[in-house]
Amino acid sequence: MKKMNDRERTFLLMTIPILILFFLFNTLPLIKGAIYSFTNFKGYGSYNWVGFRNYIDLFQDGRVGRSYWFTFKLALVSTIAVNVISLILALGLNSKIKFKSALRGLYFIPNILGALVVGYIFNYFFTYILPAVIQMMGGEGTSMLASTKWAWVAIMIVCAWQAIAMNTIIYISGLQTVPEDVYEAGSIDGATGWSQFKHLTFPLILPFFSINMTLCMKNFLMVFDQIMALTKGGPAQSTESISYLIYNNGMSGGQFGFQSANAVVFFIMIVVISVAQMTFTSKREEQL
Amino acid sequence: MKEKVNERVNWPITILLIIGLITVVFPLYMTIVIAFKQPSEMTNSISGILSLPKSWSLANFAEAMRVTDFWRSLFNSFMITVITVVISILIHSMIGYAVGRNKAKNKFYNFSYLYIVSGMFVPFAILMMPLVKQTAQMGIDNLVGVILCYVVFYMPMNVLLYSGYLVNIPVALEEAARVDGASTFRTYWSIIFPIMKPMHATVAVLTALGTWNDVMTPLVIMSGSGMNTLPLAQLTFQTQFGTNYNLAFASYLLALLPILIFYIICQKQILNGVVNGAVK
Repeated sequence: MKKMNDRERTFLLMTIPILILFFLFNTLPLIKGAIYSFTNFKGYGSYNWVGFRNYIDLFQDGRVGRSYWFTFKLALVSTIAVNVISLILALGLNSKIKFKSALRGLYFIPNILGALVVGYIFNYFFTYILPAVIQMMGGEGTSMLASTKWAWVAIMIVCAWQAIAMNTIIYISGLQTVPEDVYEAGSIDGATGWSQFKHLTFPLILPFFSINMTLCMKNFLMVFDQIMALTKGGPAQSTESISYLIYNNGMSGGQFGFQSANAVVFFIMIVVISVAQMTFTSKREEQL
Repeated sequence: MKEKVNERVNWPITILLIIGLITVVFPLYMTIVIAFKQPSEMTNSISGILSLPKSWSLANFAEAMRVTDFWRSLFNSFMITVITVVISILIHSMIGYAVGRNKAKNKFYNFSYLYIVSGMFVPFAILMMPLVKQTAQMGIDNLVGVILCYVVFYMPMNVLLYSGYLVNIPVALEEAARVDGASTFRTYWSIIFPIMKPMHATVAVLTALGTWNDVMTPLVIMSGSGMNTLPLAQLTFQTQFGTNYNLAFASYLLALLPILIFYIICQKQILNGVVNGAVK
């Protein structure tokens, strides 16, 4: 066997302990979670193997089904809304305006604030301020958070308030990579306004668009803090996100095994969506 | 003709953007005025809620600090964030370097790289329940456990950032040091580590923002310890605030203040860090 030289040994020493740490707090719990998903473990006491029973039940459970529907609806609508608004905002903040850096700095503030506290603040807004405003305008004046029809919109607004700040700053950095002479050349060919954006700006910032789509989608699918602060899954379980359901029923609802199966399915979905998004956008970028 | 256009300020857009700032400023304004008011000033009309307080008394803040044990929560949050950031910079840059330099020619390092980076797809929801059991068994269902979890959770992103940055650093630099007789670790520590400084800033900002504002990890891991982080304290004491919204908002404002101050001081670094992290 070849004797290791100092360089190879040092590299191994730099890598292996950290790999072990990573295994212990990422891979090991992942494996344990997968194992628990085949049991009827309540979180305490003894348990039995139940095979694929949890997975079969999962697809027949109305509450789980509703949480997937809610989470995906929220993620999809929010991702689109957030990206449209941040792109417009970024175009504005990147044009020739006064107080440019101050405005950019202020528009980023929502992103640095903790989602839970932001959620509590908006909770008050939706419960007391907004109904009073609607009442003044002759409306009914009930809280959005108390309505099964509107609570998800309120959650979306709070999620978007923070996500827009993040996506805008990424779009601005994308817009800054577009050189000025591209617009000059374009304007000679008559590309101004919307056609300039459609044919010149947007294709050039497409990589930033795909970053934002992926980031947004992933964050919204894992939404938790906002639910905790705004509705706690209510009213009538209409706003239970997948993460919230796993936390709530798995940790204190005695469904450790069942919710582990839910988490495994959720994990597979995240992987599939991320891979699909990445291959889709890399194809689009190749075409250009 | 083009030069003229470059100099002209687009006032309509400037004004629209300033009006749009209401969406950012209003929730903060609301938080501040409610935090300073007394419950008796809160009439049911909007003007009662949103008008400026009669006196700018700090009584609510003192009471909120007492109820939520503010200084201890702040200390815990601060310790968790600082220790996580320091460990992350030290060990993520190290493994990022070892893996980044060798992954092209060595299967083991290439595997290690993909193994760690793919951890990015693992949602916390699946790790949560087993991690709670595991940290309790290991006796680290406290600050230590939370810090270790964070160091591992941020590893995929940070290793990706560091090994990506390494591509820009010429190998010739290290070879020169080796010729001079420096050991591999010394080469890393005194040459590569300082050169990676811009990436350290990015990693520090992203890791710090993430850990400072996170609720879920301390919520599940430290739930039995009676310890709080700053955001977690808002959740724990929610019942104690009851319908005294003035007290609650004073507490929210206190929870938001440290990161706002930090942002005002290091705005440029934070914006750069966030953009670098996302784009790389």
